[in-house]
Amino acid sequence: MTMIETLKQPWSWYIAGALIGLTVPYLLLVGNKTFGISSSLRHLCAACMPANVNFFKYDWKKEAWNLFFVGGIAAGAFIAANFMSNPEPVVLADSTAAYLAEKGITDTSSLQPSEIFSWGNLFTLRGLIFFVIGGFMVGFGTRWAGGCTSGHAIMGLSSLQWPSLVATMMFMIGGIAMTWLILPYLLTL
Amino acid sequence: MQNEFPKAPSAEALADLQTREQDAICVNESTLNHPWWYNFKYAAWGILFGIVFVKAEIVSWFRIQEMFRFESFHYVWRIGTAVMVGLISVLIIRRTKARTIYGEEIHIPAKTFNKGQIYGALIFGLGWAITGACPGPLFAQIGAGYSVIIVTFISAVAGTWVYGYFREKLPH
Repeated sequence: MTMIETLKQPWSWYIAGALIGLTVPYLLLVGNKTFGISSSLRHLCAACMPANVNFFKYDWKKEAWNLFFVGGIAAGAFIAANFMSNPEPVVLADSTAAYLAEKGITDTSSLQPSEIFSWGNLFTLRGLIFFVIGGFMVGFGTRWAGGCTSGHAIMGLSSLQWPSLVATMMFMIGGIAMTWLILPYLLTL
Repeated sequence: MQNEFPKAPSAEALADLQTREQDAICVNESTLNHPWWYNFKYAAWGILFGIVFVKAEIVSWFRIQEMFRFESFHYVWRIGTAVMVGLISVLIIRRTKARTIYGEEIHIPAKTFNKGQIYGALIFGLGWAITGACPGPLFAQIGAGYSVIIVTFISAVAGTWVYGYFREKLPH
């Protein structure tokens, strides 16, 4: 297999995990920055619509590095999706695939199920739940929690901060509760 | 080349830092004022990060479903590996008192506990399982061409804004 073909395959968890972990020392060493992504949403609020809310009255330009970082994430994803993409369907655990098929979600040809994430669903109940309400909960929840998976689970745990462990456990509890108790119903809507 | 050290931050800069620090884990701790294009260092790492997000399928809704259904543990191992690498790096940086490439002392702010780490984190967890994306993958999904995620993203920004608006009324 050539180098390019190898790169086009899905990358293994340990390579991905190590690269993500290396973000912590990279950001610290090049500029005394602690790793976190959800704050970028706050900086966008501060930059575009501070509306005299105290929480958004700060010098967001000081945190512009975070916006460059997330801009890079979008650019990197564009490169990976257009030049390094894997033509094969997503390989799911059999039990997950069977469960989702039962709920009418069978299109594994790309990373996102087209039955949910398509423009055609935008003005439907499904679109309202999966895009609008889901997105709102992500933005509202991460900020109230003071961080997301990157800030709390990776940066916070890496620097042994117990409040981050609490937050990470609550992320998982929320995710598991939604997946087992509420999502089976939402998927039938 | 001018020497920018040592320089005590002004009262105004300190007040601004205090606001920026609220409910944030990632704060710019540097007191240096660099031209804007210095930020391309972060964009460069972001690009690598975005590639990893897509190639390791971290941005996939399916993978989040697998994890929360306990049917595949790759996602958990991946976060575990990332934490181990981060932990060892932080340990080395603290032991060796390493400085940044500009010679600044490295400072990792301590998090204080507040109730948001329970209520807010729970709300985020619920939303995470619906959207299949935490904030980082939202950017990656849009970049990868899932254009409808722009709606999710705008909604997430709105959620952050609404939180900011009601912040003083919420338990912390």
